[in-house]
Amino acid sequence: MSEHKPREVLLAPIFANNPIALQILGICSALAITTKMSTTVTMCIAVIFVMTFSNFFVSLIRNIIPSNIRIIVQMTIITALVILVDQVLQAFAFQLSRELSVFVGLIITNCIVMGRAEAFAMQNPPLISAVDGFGNALGYSVVLLIVGFCRELFGSGSLFGVQIMPLSTEGGWYVANGLMLLPPSAFFLIAGFIWVLRTFRTEQVESEEFEIGPNTRVSPAF
Amino acid sequence: MKDKNSISNTIKVATGVCLVAAIIVSTAAVTLRPHQEENRNAFRQLNVLQAAGMFTPGMDVAAAFERIERRFIEFETGEYVELDASFDPVRAARDPARSRALQEDPAGIGRQARYGEVFLARDEDGELTRVIFPVHGYGLWSTMYGFIALEPDLNTIAGISFFDHGETPGLGGEIENPSWQQNWVGTRLRNEQGDLVFRVDRGRTPEGVPDADYRIDGLSGATITANGVQAMVRFWFGAQGYEAYLRRLGEQLNNAEVLI
Repeated sequence: MSEHKPREVLLAPIFANNPIALQILGICSALAITTKMSTTVTMCIAVIFVMTFSNFFVSLIRNIIPSNIRIIVQMTIITALVILVDQVLQAFAFQLSRELSVFVGLIITNCIVMGRAEAFAMQNPPLISAVDGFGNALGYSVVLLIVGFCRELFGSGSLFGVQIMPLSTEGGWYVANGLMLLPPSAFFLIAGFIWVLRTFRTEQVESEEFEIGPNTRVSPAF
Repeated sequence: MKDKNSISNTIKVATGVCLVAAIIVSTAAVTLRPHQEENRNAFRQLNVLQAAGMFTPGMDVAAAFERIERRFIEFETGEYVELDASFDPVRAARDPARSRALQEDPAGIGRQARYGEVFLARDEDGELTRVIFPVHGYGLWSTMYGFIALEPDLNTIAGISFFDHGETPGLGGEIENPSWQQNWVGTRLRNEQGDLVFRVDRGRTPEGVPDADYRIDGLSGATITANGVQAMVRFWFGAQGYEAYLRRLGEQLNNAEVLI
């Protein structure tokens, strides 16, 4: 196992190895809760908390976890953390927790959390694992915040609920883009993000799976 | 640790992890419960205000709620009863001692508590402005919980709000949609003959029907939810619901007018 530098582990997942943009993991929640910045930010904080600590705790007991039940042990740890977040939200941010509804609970099934626990925390010491979890959650958050920013700004003309562009339905000049409030817009925005990212980081462009050979004969029809 | 894959170690780790996780989760649940209850209570109050059309965003809910009187009633007789403030009709419905199983159960709720709560909203002069009733009924997937506010004539709907349901978002979930709820305002429950004729249409209520005052638009793609809503309204304002209370309250209001 090669040594990991904390700086690299923390920053690499943000652009170089972004869990959403490069690994295309965890996009389900990216569609569901990014119509508003307030829910997006809450979700990001929740995921950062869950990932940092799940990686830390999984790594802490990695040497005694029997390999045949390792997945369910990881799940138990992740689930406990997610329930904790859900309970805290219900107690201190009731309105937000209602808006996020089941999606807080669905952090459990977010592939990034499980993926990092299995791929990184099971092989590395606790502290660096926590940094890895934090970094990956940050990478997830960057994409979510960009998507949430665009969707709320162009879909509702506001940011964090504060009206920036007055809507035409309320006598302003901005005609809201209804598509932005629908889930498919998140796909377009994520795709756009990936496109921009890969323009600057050409090493992320995947090689063609196969090449189309040149035409060997001209069709007689022409 | 010699062999981490041995059966004894597997059992040990599994038990240990479960135990720690259980302790963390239950501690959080128990310590945070008072806060959550408070939030839920405030949310209920907010929905009462919303149903009554007294809610404006950013208002102080607790202060506005002081003008609303919460009373308990007995369904069968319609009389006011004194109960502990913590009484919750939905919870009481699960307790066999305080509820009854419904023989006729159009709203699909199974059991009904013997007692219910009503909210009486008054203006500055103490004049009754709205009476708000908690209602619930089964839709397509879930029990829908809400409040319906009536005008002082005790027949005209002043507003509705749903605070908990699990209907399909975008279809049945549209019962939360304010523009659909707006449709309820001014709709009447009973016709001149006193029959409960309120109904939720399939699709839009046709233009110019004589009984348009008693009908509200349906929700496209959510017929079963809409039927559930209709059954719920008819149940709660019918003989098994608040009818006895409404009759008594109506008499009281009429008598008061005569006295003045």
